[in-house]
Amino acid sequence: MKILWLQSGGCGGCTQSMLCVEPRPLFDELRDAGIEFLWHPALSLESGEEAQQVLEDCAAGRLAFDVLCVEGAMLRGPNGSGKFHLMAGNGRPLTEWVERLAGQARWVFAIGSCTAYGGLSASTPGNPLEACGLQYDTNTLGGLLGASFQSRGGLPVVNIAGCPTHPGWIVDTLEKLALEGLSVADLDEFGRPLLYADQLVHHGCGRNEFYEFKASAEKHSDLGCLMENLGCKGTQAHADCNLRPWNGNGSCVKGGFACIACTEPGFEAPGHAFQQTPKVAGIPIGLPTDMPKAWFVALAALSKSATPKRVRDNAVVDHPVVRPAVKKAQK
Amino acid sequence: MKRIQLGPFNRVEGDLEVGLDVEAGQVVAAQVNSPLFRGFEQILVGRLAEDSLAIVPRICGICSVAQSAAAAAALADLAGVTPPANGVLVQRLILATENLADHLTHFYLFFMPDFARPAYAGRPWYDQTAARFMAVKGQASGPALQARARFFHLIGLLAGRWPHTLAIQPGGSSKAMTAAERTRVLAVLREFRAFLEGALLGDRLENFAALADGQALQAWAAGRSADFPLFLRAATDLALERTGRATDRFLSYGAYGLFASGLWQPDRAPDEGILDQLDPAKITEDTRHAWLAESPPYPPARGETVVNAEKAGAYTWCKAPRYAGQVVETGALARQLVAGNPLARDLVASHGGSVTVRIVARMIELATVLPAMEQWVRAIVPGEAFCQPAPLPESGEGVGLVEAARGGLGHWLSVKRGRIERYQIIAPTTWNFSPRDRAGQPGPLEQALIGLPAGDGALPTVQHVVRSFDPCMVCTVH
Ligand code: SF4
Ligand code: SF4
Repeated sequence: MKILWLQSGGCGGCTQSMLCVEPRPLFDELRDAGIEFLWHPALSLESGEEAQQVLEDCAAGRLAFDVLCVEGAMLRGPNGSGKFHLMAGNGRPLTEWVERLAGQARWVFAIGSCTAYGGLSASTPGNPLEACGLQYDTNTLGGLLGASFQSRGGLPVVNIAGCPTHPGWIVDTLEKLALEGLSVADLDEFGRPLLYADQLVHHGCGRNEFYEFKASAEKHSDLGCLMENLGCKGTQAHADCNLRPWNGNGSCVKGGFACIACTEPGFEAPGHAFQQTPKVAGIPIGLPTDMPKAWFVALAALSKSATPKRVRDNAVVDHPVVRPAVKKAQK
Repeated sequence: MKRIQLGPFNRVEGDLEVGLDVEAGQVVAAQVNSPLFRGFEQILVGRLAEDSLAIVPRICGICSVAQSAAAAAALADLAGVTPPANGVLVQRLILATENLADHLTHFYLFFMPDFARPAYAGRPWYDQTAARFMAVKGQASGPALQARARFFHLIGLLAGRWPHTLAIQPGGSSKAMTAAERTRVLAVLREFRAFLEGALLGDRLENFAALADGQALQAWAAGRSADFPLFLRAATDLALERTGRATDRFLSYGAYGLFASGLWQPDRAPDEGILDQLDPAKITEDTRHAWLAESPPYPPARGETVVNAEKAGAYTWCKAPRYAGQVVETGALARQLVAGNPLARDLVASHGGSVTVRIVARMIELATVLPAMEQWVRAIVPGEAFCQPAPLPESGEGVGLVEAARGGLGHWLSVKRGRIERYQIIAPTTWNFSPRDRAGQPGPLEQALIGLPAGDGALPTVQHVVRSFDPCMVCTVH
């Protein structure tokens, strides 16, 4: 399976993240799974005219490839000219290259939330860069390729959302495609592969015991749940970050800071401070996706009244001050 | 005279185009162009001041920690807080991990594959070099990627994830290290040390760090089998120690409390003082040849970024930062020269800044910073504070100056009624890949390319020189 990769209005972080894939080194793993880069801007030898020749041959249908991976937002400005990103060496807008190449690809993957939904520029008032995603403009279907776009393989754009995307999300999706194909049933409403998006960040979070008792962190580096005060959206963000670790053993919430729901369209402009939970009358407004508000309020009141001392005290310090009780076996 | 337009210039971070005027097979003038505009300085305006911590890492996926460190430093400056000792140590550890990983990525994935080009077939070092460093397929890339991924476990432990962590806060670090994590972090450092000492240098880090001059370096490399000595053999054969000289004026903001800040140039008489104190007030940015509205060369605290895509005479989205009106180079080499590393200074004194010494400087950092990291981990006191609250004032200004892998990174912000009124960023590659300024002075790379062989049949010397700076264009055009 041959991959052609392009980068546009992004930070390159999704490629950098992908290079962290484990347990095997990226190149060995992909090679043995039968996957190769036809060209990748950060990794391939060919540059200049050689690289342009590869791209031109692909765009013209002379050179076959399977997956077009695009990383970074589509920058259509200024005034629809695409001049905010011209391809080096030939001066054609990247948006034009993406449109031509998407027409030849069997599958089109949006790598990262910028490419999927438009990124920070698209979420800035007035959208000065005229940015959009491949098939979405933030929440709305459309984007550069249009709402009805289907690649030759019969799929809409596959949105491997995340900012950056987790290395496992890319590699697993590519390998699943190579192994048994991908169908619409493998994607959620926003085109995200269910292999990571049918979970919530909240699942498997090490702070769940604190969450249950609404024993909340009050400041950075506290151990408590980050939902009530520090902006955590783990109960609303579709991703498996606490089940599939980052960098060996990490996740945002393990690192002591809020999940800002980077896999969701529009996460870049939440309408409140990223690391603060907006509340009305003391109740967080962004409640868990599946929980009616009245239940939440009732349960929170109940569980707060039943919080064990250990959980309550440990929530507001940066290392445990009360240890779990030790029970001796009965003889 | 012939005009050559080189691009896409891949195996760098982001988009780069280099225009060369070539006469009789030699470059007589160069124009460096960043054909991508990202607009972060506008994106930040109007946002809540503290939101910059979530936004600025997304400027760059290869030095996102450096971006967040600069923002946290600017906010700490605004708030007037200093993180507790543990917080400072963890911040350093996180930044150093990214910087060292960057040096490794640069060497193995971006820089060395050019020596595997068929143009070098037949050179005595070629077969071995091509086998190890061929892009994607070379034998060295697997182990290097593995070492990099395993090294980033430090960030998994102390900062949640990489890239784009929010762990670096103005008041310290959001993750307190436990005693158990300390042992694991030390194990991560040991594993990375083993890779550097085995595959990359073929010697103890301390032995390499102690090399005093160019002669000692050559003697050390002779007969040594490891990846960096292999580079030195190729570089010496190609005379890269005399290739790619820029301005020979170097700037560093200082790093980790380990490397000093300042300006350095080799040709000053000792009684003039070869080391200048850094005066950030002397930094300005010039927009003359950028597709940005014309303005006087403002200091960044007053700078503006207003698009003018049709501007005559412009050829890039990159501004031209200058120090006291002068063109300066920044990066690992600048850091080491300012800090007084004898090997770096000797090599620059002999031939000026060059491809070889830029790579050597990165190796010096790998060999000196990793042992320092081991010390920082030991100096952490579990149980004591890692983070303190840093309430921000409603209005004010802040500056954050840090060293990313590629050199000095500065954030200048001003805040009014809690919202960002102005946010200006000068990234390392903005310095090194800057265009001409209003006085017509070309930027460092534009100068470094003059005189190089180019055109049909030329060796890929231009490629080596460009990549010796390890450009990061997404930062440049933030
Ligand atoms: S910190 Fe976030 S993800 Fe973890 S338990 Fe609390 S709400 Fe859930
Ligand atoms: S925890 Fe949330 S913000 Fe962090 S990577 Fe996962 S989805 Fe993104």
